[in-house]
Amino acid sequence: MFSWDLLANAVVAGLLLGGFYAAVSLGIGLVFGLLDIANIAQPAFLILGAYAAYVMNESFGADPILIGILFTPVFYLVGAVVYRVYYGSFERRGDEALRGLVFFFGILFILEVSLSLKFGVDYRLVQAPYIGKSFEVAGVGIAFRYLIPCVVGVAMTGLLYLFLGRTFYGRAIMAVSQDQAALRLMGADPIHIKTVAFGVGIAAASLAGALLITIAPVVPSTDRDYIGRMFAITVLGGMGSIGGTLVAGVILGVTESLMSTFFGPSWAPAVSFGILLLVLAVRPAGLFGR
Amino acid sequence: MKRSWKMIAAVTVVVALVLATAGTFTARAADPIKIGLGMALTGGLSANGKPALLAMQIWKDNVNKKGGLLGRPVELVFYDDQTNPATVPGIYSKLLDVDKVHLVVSGYGTNLIAPLMPIAMDRKLTLIGIFGLANNEKYHYPNYFQISPTGPHPATATAAPFFEIAAKQNPKPQTVAIVGADAEYPQTALAGAREVIKQIGFKTVYDKTYPPSTTDYTPIVRAIKATNPDVVFIASYPPDSVGMLRAAHEVGLQPKMMGGGMVGLQFTTIMQNMGPMLNGILNYDYWVPEKPMMFAGIEEFFKEYQPRATKEGMDTLGYYLPPYAYAAMQVLGEAVEKTKGLDQQKIADYIRANEFSTIVGKIKFGRDGEWAKGRTLMVQHQKIQGNNIEQFRGPGKKPVIYPEELKSGTLIYPYSAALK
Repeated sequence: MFSWDLLANAVVAGLLLGGFYAAVSLGIGLVFGLLDIANIAQPAFLILGAYAAYVMNESFGADPILIGILFTPVFYLVGAVVYRVYYGSFERRGDEALRGLVFFFGILFILEVSLSLKFGVDYRLVQAPYIGKSFEVAGVGIAFRYLIPCVVGVAMTGLLYLFLGRTFYGRAIMAVSQDQAALRLMGADPIHIKTVAFGVGIAAASLAGALLITIAPVVPSTDRDYIGRMFAITVLGGMGSIGGTLVAGVILGVTESLMSTFFGPSWAPAVSFGILLLVLAVRPAGLFGR
Repeated sequence: MKRSWKMIAAVTVVVALVLATAGTFTARAADPIKIGLGMALTGGLSANGKPALLAMQIWKDNVNKKGGLLGRPVELVFYDDQTNPATVPGIYSKLLDVDKVHLVVSGYGTNLIAPLMPIAMDRKLTLIGIFGLANNEKYHYPNYFQISPTGPHPATATAAPFFEIAAKQNPKPQTVAIVGADAEYPQTALAGAREVIKQIGFKTVYDKTYPPSTTDYTPIVRAIKATNPDVVFIASYPPDSVGMLRAAHEVGLQPKMMGGGMVGLQFTTIMQNMGPMLNGILNYDYWVPEKPMMFAGIEEFFKEYQPRATKEGMDTLGYYLPPYAYAAMQVLGEAVEKTKGLDQQKIADYIRANEFSTIVGKIKFGRDGEWAKGRTLMVQHQKIQGNNIEQFRGPGKKPVIYPEELKSGTLIYPYSAALK
């Protein structure tokens, strides 16, 4: 069944999917990869972002991705508040390991149940003129509902990369991930820096949620499908490496796409996670981890 | 004087005892009949579980308005099984041993009924299953009854009519592609499809499964398109049904016939959102608002169900599962009334021996507790315009193509003609 045409289509579809996977994983890359906070609730914020896009799309016909972008400040504030509660209740007392994990599990379930109570458990979808449409370039089909999330995902990666490398707050976040005490000695408040980082991580998740609902229908329990994938991409890319997250997303996307096209889709997760194990065996810190 | 006091005291004690006993009898007569169940109120199947529970509650309310069963009110005792089969044994043990329910019905779906079967058999319960696919095929438990109209051969219930219709087309299609999710229902449906394809003599050019958590379906659809099949049979759950259909439009997959066993195309939000993208898809269904399907009581049911469902944020139209969940309770209720008691064996014997008139039509149970004669509909989505939900409330958008006795429309063939 092999043909060059199929191969080209599979690679392009994988690249597009990879951009979306990167968008989904950037937030956890920041929160877990840099701050070492095992925020299990991250996928719940992804779904919360998806529902925000759904509500605005359903009520006003607004474009879901535009809504996702406009809502990022709101989710940034939500993230900042969540971190402050987490810090005050657990991190400050040194209880962050197990109790902190339970705290985020609690948030995950509370958000999931709250969404179920508010919106019910029906599948929610959005409408946009580009959904279900595609175009062709040299025999390669490109679907808009994957192209746009991919472009946004790559843009998010670029912006986050610039933010971390070029701004005061970004550098401070990189510093706090290495040595919190040293940062304090430099006159910066590590808790404030971590609050900013956590807020950015949640905002990224919410925007990725808007991308998700553009691609596929969502129910409150959809978050469970993404927990493993988010952490796997972060670990594969290397903890704290933003560029690595994009590369890892693309590797997983292209692998899934090639397996689905040529060997049967059932093999896709096994091969993807096989690659993860292989990389970790050779490079325990991930592809770009330090 | 002393004697008369003794007399008065004795009479008082006797009267008090009589009154107390009468009181006990009165209380017992008014004790509710408890029907217990676990239901998917959260998790992957909750989009169907909640509407099913609502339908059961409507039945309970209607029965209680008419004086209950055996003169006693009916109470539903239910717990959320979280769409997790591991919770089912615990839930039903609690229902039976702690809540002391008199009767049970299953939760929604094959995976949630499977762990309940051994409990029902061990305790010799009468069990009505809500949309289980072939749960009793191996056990042959005589007191199990299943409410979806898949009939005595559940594995081929969707594939048989789908491919039977395909075989009747002129020119007859030759090649088929089958694809479905790696999950219980799609696997059973695909096994049934392979059996039917072999019987009819089609040539299979693609036969693959995918993980339920798949995000991008375009590589799968593109691989199917590369094999150039005449017919594509899809056995999918709601998210993958949407994913496959969108990908088919994006990739331009246009076989002569497509559909079959796609779960989700019966749900309001998906019908509304997918709109014209559904046109041409020939798919299984259990109830549609076509004239031959207007059984006694069904319109009254929807008048009660739809406003409540809309308010509670669940399947607004509710054509798929709710009428059957209601019918399951009608069957159980009638059996209790006719056997004049709560004896599990007598109730089961009655259900096995009799035909029931329900809001989904006449039901007679047969082998392994399935409908004696299957009634899986094949409907084709036709002339759907825009995303207005109102268009689905009346006939014409999903005419029944199969079975012949309920037919309300003609198949538009090939698939591409229905897209115009």
